[in-house]
Amino acid sequence: MAETHELAVRDKKELVSKEEKTVPARYYVPYADIYETGDALSVVMEMAGVTKDNVSVALENDVLRVEGQIDFAKYDGMEPVYTEYNIGHYARSFTLSNKIDQEKISAQLEDGVLTLRLPKAKQAQARRIAIG
Amino acid sequence: MAVLMDPFDALSGLQQALEAFRESEWLTAGLSGRGAYPPLNVFRKGDDFIVVAEVPGVQKSDLEIQVKSNTLRLAGVKSVSYPDKPSLHRRERLAGRFDRTVSLPVEIDADGVKAECRDGVLALWLPRAERDKPKSIPVA
Repeated sequence: MAETHELAVRDKKELVSKEEKTVPARYYVPYADIYETGDALSVVMEMAGVTKDNVSVALENDVLRVEGQIDFAKYDGMEPVYTEYNIGHYARSFTLSNKIDQEKISAQLEDGVLTLRLPKAKQAQARRIAIG
Repeated sequence: MAVLMDPFDALSGLQQALEAFRESEWLTAGLSGRGAYPPLNVFRKGDDFIVVAEVPGVQKSDLEIQVKSNTLRLAGVKSVSYPDKPSLHRRERLAGRFDRTVSLPVEIDADGVKAECRDGVLALWLPRAERDKPKSIPVA
């Protein structure tokens, strides 16, 4: 697999949102993988530092919005001496082309990686038609 | 008048502080080791130092950390897996190996180093070696 080559460093991408946030803090865009299997669409996002309780996922008018908040209180009393990256909350949204069964969306967060499974609505699944 | 503490202002302040110390001269690249992954942030807390890195998707068992006097080595593997026969719409996450060595301008007490990896964030507590700590000399 791809694990043999060396990992390159990429700068974190700052969020440029259509709607402005009312607070001045910076948001970042999480790197995402999206893939489709027969019955579901999966969205996998890297959100380092985000815990389970601080993720919000909303699906409205085919727009999937994901937001992850980091707990920066951990940095209290710490004085930076050298930095290579900045920290901030994460936000990203996608317009979905598939019809999703909203009730069955499931989410899992492990090692800072959020995996969303969005099952396709019944009518959107490919059906095999038997020829009589 | 009491000023209400806005947590979002606090984040914005922290972000500015982090920006101000971008690539300062404090940390230097080690002689061995390759690459610059993962990016590191270094903080001071009292006499000790805390090194933080974002390594989402890296499992604890895939991390190797070594400390010797003032040199720190971080190595490991970040893997990304997909189910069988998916139709990939977007592929942005990277997988690969990393091996980074850095030199700190202070001596570290290697026995006292603590490492924790939670929610894709690796934190290393590096206590400054006792012999390296500044001593205050009372004036007789």
